[in-house]
Amino acid sequence: MGVEEKLADMGVVTTTLESAVGWGRTRAMWPMLFGLACCAIEMMAAQAADYDMSRFGMELMRPSPRQSDLMIVAGRVSRKMAPVLRHLYDQMAEPKWVIAMGDCASCGGVFNNYAVVQGVDEIVPVDIYISGCPPRPEALIGGVMALHEKVEKLKIRDVL
Amino acid sequence: MDKTLQSIVQTLEKDFGAEANEIFGEVEAVVSLENIVAASQKLRDDFDFALLSTITAVDYFPEVSPRYHIVYVFNSLSKNLQLTLRVPVDGEKPIIPTLTGVYKNANWRERELWDMFGIKAEGHPDLRRILMPDDWDGHPLRKDYPLGYEEPQFTFNFEEIDLSKPKGEM
Amino acid sequence: MATPYALPEVTLDEIKHLVSQRALDGETVLLNMGPQHPSTHGVLRLLLELDGETIVNCIPDVGFLHTGIEKNMESKTYLKAEVMSDRLDYLNTVGNNFAYCLAVEKMIDVDVPPRAQAIRVILAELQRVASHLVWLGTSALDVAAMSVFLYAFREREIILDILELVSGQRMMTTYIRPGGVWRDVPVEFDDAVRNVLNTFPKRIDEYEDLLTKNPLFLDRTLGIGKMTAEEALQWGVTGSTLRGSGPDWDLRKKRPYSGYEQYDFEVPTATEGDVYARYLVRIREMRESLKIIEQALNKLPLGPVRSNDRKIVPPPRSEIGTSMESLIHHFKLWTEGFDVPKGSVYAAVESPRGELGVFIESDGGPKPYRVHWRTPSYNNLEALPDMTKGLLIADLVAIIGSVDIVLGDVDR
Repeated sequence: MGVEEKLADMGVVTTTLESAVGWGRTRAMWPMLFGLACCAIEMMAAQAADYDMSRFGMELMRPSPRQSDLMIVAGRVSRKMAPVLRHLYDQMAEPKWVIAMGDCASCGGVFNNYAVVQGVDEIVPVDIYISGCPPRPEALIGGVMALHEKVEKLKIRDVL
Repeated sequence: MDKTLQSIVQTLEKDFGAEANEIFGEVEAVVSLENIVAASQKLRDDFDFALLSTITAVDYFPEVSPRYHIVYVFNSLSKNLQLTLRVPVDGEKPIIPTLTGVYKNANWRERELWDMFGIKAEGHPDLRRILMPDDWDGHPLRKDYPLGYEEPQFTFNFEEIDLSKPKGEM
Repeated sequence: MATPYALPEVTLDEIKHLVSQRALDGETVLLNMGPQHPSTHGVLRLLLELDGETIVNCIPDVGFLHTGIEKNMESKTYLKAEVMSDRLDYLNTVGNNFAYCLAVEKMIDVDVPPRAQAIRVILAELQRVASHLVWLGTSALDVAAMSVFLYAFREREIILDILELVSGQRMMTTYIRPGGVWRDVPVEFDDAVRNVLNTFPKRIDEYEDLLTKNPLFLDRTLGIGKMTAEEALQWGVTGSTLRGSGPDWDLRKKRPYSGYEQYDFEVPTATEGDVYARYLVRIREMRESLKIIEQALNKLPLGPVRSNDRKIVPPPRSEIGTSMESLIHHFKLWTEGFDVPKGSVYAAVESPRGELGVFIESDGGPKPYRVHWRTPSYNNLEALPDMTKGLLIADLVAIIGSVDIVLGDVDR
């Protein structure tokens, strides 16, 4: 009664290298532990018991940009924070993705003024925008799922 | 007006030439620039106003003299009183004496005044910008500083605004 | 790689007056902590001067979340500007609305019906518990107690569900409006709050089981970050951080607003003024908040939840279809807003972090001429360098947790 018996019945799977790589990238996507404002609290809620993002292989928030694949920009980005954000993005290892979480990160939200960057896409390239002020944890998980779908379809050459 | 507060205000009127008035149930006294340090010292030592809640300013822009009003909110824990002092400041030469010698937390509040209004606190130990980046031009909360409104991007004006926007490239 | 946003260069010259001579001679190390750091509770940057692991100087650098809320509120009418206030201290959104509405109501002299006052108190206290839960989870996480975080956030969801029930939003409720509240609470409200009252005392016992007598937790918190009452007042520290040092200064008790004088509750204090004392004060505050909620819910009066002054409070939706006057009022309120008499006002409430004050100056028009937020975290954070001198970096993390800062509250 070992695992071999079960494996013997499962046979062989053929797939392309590209889809295998894409699948692999999504199964252990480590987000950077990087909260800015209100959305960061909802991001913490998404990590906590009720919503439990670790179901999708994302339980590890890495405080170091060098170890993370995904930057979730959770909150409004001020003009003072913008260079820091770019600096963090530059330190992340390829391949890397960015989610703009919430209205403020996506387009400035209710703050249309001198202090807030009108959309984080002015600083870093964004893959997924999540609306809401702040988005519910389900919305964040939905955004991450959408990103996973996108990553699975990528060609290896696109991101190298 | 509360009796204790009334006697305090009368002392301020007598010693520092303050002008007190009551508005929306709160007591506000206008004190001149020279007297603010001595007045707050007296409030702290003699009347036990141990807590300086906040310092802020109001900009009455087209006016020049006085262009700003500095607003100090004091609280006394033992007497459970609140008192607001206002200090008119000239627009040409916005310099106030620092209150850091009396209340330590005046430090950051006065830095904020410099950052947001360009009002200098004379004798301040560490007068740098606090909220805005160090290399920022202008003082945002002044009335002649624009809000910095940017046109929102919709479908009909997408391309036009897209051209003028900076892009974060790889 | 050319970047559109380059990091500004920092030279030692600019901060020469803040560090000791030993740093200039190269004997001590200058270390940058933050703005992206897991233990700074947001985007706080601390410049540390270290002798080995001992902190010689700690220089906070704030403003990384500066949002320009004060300026932006000047460009909106009184009703619309309230939306901005939610986003100041995002763990205490109801409290921010509360302070703002109290200030506006003071100026326009409108009466708030008793039912609205009681609902405001219930929601503000629920929010206080929720905020303390986030503090408990994250500050315990800072001293390496991981499981408390998961429990605290589990319970916080119950409170957020109530906020969603009454307002439709989990965090940014804007439920308290000038002249009352947005609309009456739904029928499920009573059961939902009673559920909180029944379950939470046991849950708070659970947290205490995990932390209060835990030797690891005691080692990290006892005698760390000491502050006397005099020092605290000199720095303008308020709230639980001040009460941990002795004074029983609580605006709910000293200057009751919105009917707080009717409720019987205590103001927990401690005298040690260290991290552990603040922990005990906050845990007991959660229990007191539950007491207030229970009393307010038991005698929740019936009646209207909004003032009938149509010049300030928008008419209910049902009236708009049938009454021309209501339609005009609605249109006027949402396009022009209402005029507020000339003058200035300072109203303060007791937020979970301390005295949350709002200063509004009106020029007689429909938009505030100047809004200033006296946010408690700003002053509490300013006291941080004094508390940390001579301690280790690991203690600094525990102290930041115990002061309970919210960077949105600091930077505005």
